[in-house]
Amino acid sequence: MKVVKGLYYTEDHEWLKVDGDEAYIGLSDYAQDALGDIVYVDLPEEDDEFDKEEGFAAVESVKAAADVYMPVGGTITAINEDLFDNPELLNEDPYENWIVKIDIADKDELDELMTSEEYEKFLDEEV
Amino acid sequence: MRKYNKLIFELSKPGRTAYRLPENDVEEIAVEELIPAEYLNDDELDLPEVSEVDIIRHYTNLSNKNFGVDTGFYPLGSCTMKYNPKVNEDMAGLEGFVNIHPLQPEETVQGALRLMYELDQALCEIAGMDKMTLQPAAGAHGELTGLTLIKAYHENRGDTNRTKIIIPDSAHGTNPATAIMAGFDTIEIKSTEEGIVDIESLKAALSDEVAGLMLTNPNTLGLFEKNIREMADLVHECGGLLYYDGANANAILGKARPGDMGFDVVHFNIHKTFSTPHGGGGPGSGPVGVKDILLDFLPTPTVEKDGDRYYLDYDRPKSVGRMKDFHGHFNVLVKAYTYILTMGRDGLERASEWAVLNANYLAHKLKDHYNVQEDAIFKHEFVLAGLKDALSEVTTLDVAKRLLDYGYHPPTVYFPLIVNEAIMPEPTETESVETLEEFAEALIKIAEEAKEDPEILKEAPHETPVRRVNETQAARNPILKYEG
Repeated sequence: MKVVKGLYYTEDHEWLKVDGDEAYIGLSDYAQDALGDIVYVDLPEEDDEFDKEEGFAAVESVKAAADVYMPVGGTITAINEDLFDNPELLNEDPYENWIVKIDIADKDELDELMTSEEYEKFLDEEV
Repeated sequence: MRKYNKLIFELSKPGRTAYRLPENDVEEIAVEELIPAEYLNDDELDLPEVSEVDIIRHYTNLSNKNFGVDTGFYPLGSCTMKYNPKVNEDMAGLEGFVNIHPLQPEETVQGALRLMYELDQALCEIAGMDKMTLQPAAGAHGELTGLTLIKAYHENRGDTNRTKIIIPDSAHGTNPATAIMAGFDTIEIKSTEEGIVDIESLKAALSDEVAGLMLTNPNTLGLFEKNIREMADLVHECGGLLYYDGANANAILGKARPGDMGFDVVHFNIHKTFSTPHGGGGPGSGPVGVKDILLDFLPTPTVEKDGDRYYLDYDRPKSVGRMKDFHGHFNVLVKAYTYILTMGRDGLERASEWAVLNANYLAHKLKDHYNVQEDAIFKHEFVLAGLKDALSEVTTLDVAKRLLDYGYHPPTVYFPLIVNEAIMPEPTETESVETLEEFAEALIKIAEEAKEDPEILKEAPHETPVRRVNETQAARNPILKYEG
C-alpha cells in the first residue's frame, strides 16, 4: 500500500497535509483499497466545526459505508465538490484527491498523529 | 423457462386486452368537464396491452426465478431466515381477522384485541419486560421507537444534557442510523480481540451526556456478550439506559432474557425470531418492550384488559404519541401469536438450542478451509474471515457469487465491518443435518476451486439468469425506469 511521505496519518486511515494554518484531509490508500469501489461521498458544509476524532464525512462503497473522522479539531474551509459526481477519484488517487480543507484549531494536536514512517509500521504490525 | 427475460412491454400488441367490458349504459361525460385543465396530463398513458394468458405466463415465469426459504437453504446471517410455518398463514387468513377494520367499535373486535394483549404478554415473558407496543413496522422502526422512549424518559426528568448514544463497532448499521434519526450523536466503542465489547472502551465513553447504550446480544459475531451485567451496571450508574437490538434473539429464547441482563427497552424482529415472512413477502413487525420506568411514554394506544373486556387506552398524557397508523402490522402479529402458541415455551427453547447447534456444527465443518475464530463457541450465527490459503485475488464476493451456482442463497458478506472478508452464515434451527452437510460440502468445493481454478470463481455466477452484475456501475449510474 502506498504511503506518502510528509503527511500525518491516523489509526482510522485518514491522512492530513499541513498547509500553513490550514490542512487538507483525505483517505489513505489502505482505506480506499479496503473499502473497494467508492460510490458515494457525503460531505460537510463550509464553516462546520468538528472536534478531533469526530465524524465529518461518510464514504459509501459497494461493500460498506464508513465515517471519516477528523485527525485534529478544526473548521471546514473548503470541500472537494468533484467528489459528488466522481466519488471514484478517491479510489484512483487517494492522496491527490483530498476530501476537505480545514482551519486547524490547535496545532498541538498534530503531535498526536502518526508520521508516514509510523503509519507504515502501523500497517505492517497492526493491520 | 429459466432464461425467460422479457419485460411486459415487450409482449404488448396494440389493441390486445385481457378484458371485455359490457356496453356502456350510462351517460358518458368527458373528463375535461370534471377536472380542471391544469390538473390533467396530456401525455398518452403508456400501458402494456396484453391478453390474460400473457399476463399470467409473464408473472409466473418471473416468480419461478424467485429464491426463498420455500425453495432452498438461505443462511443469510443476522436475518434469521427460518422456515415460515404454513399454519401461520391459515390463522392470519381466518375470516374474523381478515374482514375487520381498525376503526370498528372495540366491542366488535374483542378477539383481535385479546390476541394483541396476549401476544404483548407472551413477548414480555420472553423478553423479561413489563409492557410492549406492537406498533413498530419492523426492526429499525422498533429501534427508533425505543430511542424515542429513552429520550422522553430523560426529558421527563428534566435532564436535557444526554445527547449521546454508545454503540459498539460490531453493531448492525441500523443502530447508529437510528440514533442519528432520533436526534442523538453516537459514540463508537471498540471490540476486544475476542470480539466482544471492550469494557475499558465503554468506561471511557461514559459521562453525564450519555442517554444510553445500544447492544445486540449475542452480537453480530455470534458471540454472547458475557459481561453484559457489568456493562448494564456501568451504564445505569452513569444515568443511561440500555437498548436491546433483538435481531439476534433467535439464539436465546427460553435461555436468557434481555430484561434479566439489565436492558430497559427491547425490540424483537417478528419476521426473524417469530417465523413470519421477510422483505417482499413481509411486511415486517418490530414490537418494542419496556421496563416499568418507561411505561408512561409508550406510544398510544396500548392494549389493556379490564375484567373480561379488552380496550385501547388513549389516555396516556406522557406518551410519545403514535409511531404507526392504526395498530401496527396486525396480520403479521397473528402469525407471531400462532407461532408462539404452536411452539410453546419448550418448543421455543428447543428452537434456540437447535439454531445454536446448527451454527456451531457448520462452523466446525468449515474450519479447515475458511478462517474461523479459534475455540469460539458461537450462538446462532458465526463469521468466517474469508478463505484459508486462497490466492489473494479471490475474495469473499467471489465465493458468495459461486454459491449461487450451487443453488444456495449466499450468507451475508462484508459484515460485520470489523472482520476482513467477512462471510456470516446463520443456518437457523429448521435446517436438517443433511442440508448443513451439503452446504458445507459446497463451500469446501468452492475453497478447492479457489486454489485450482480461480477463474471459475472470478466469473461466477455461471448458472443464474443474470450473470455477475457491475455493482459499482449500478450504484454510480443507476437506471431506475424502463426507457423503451
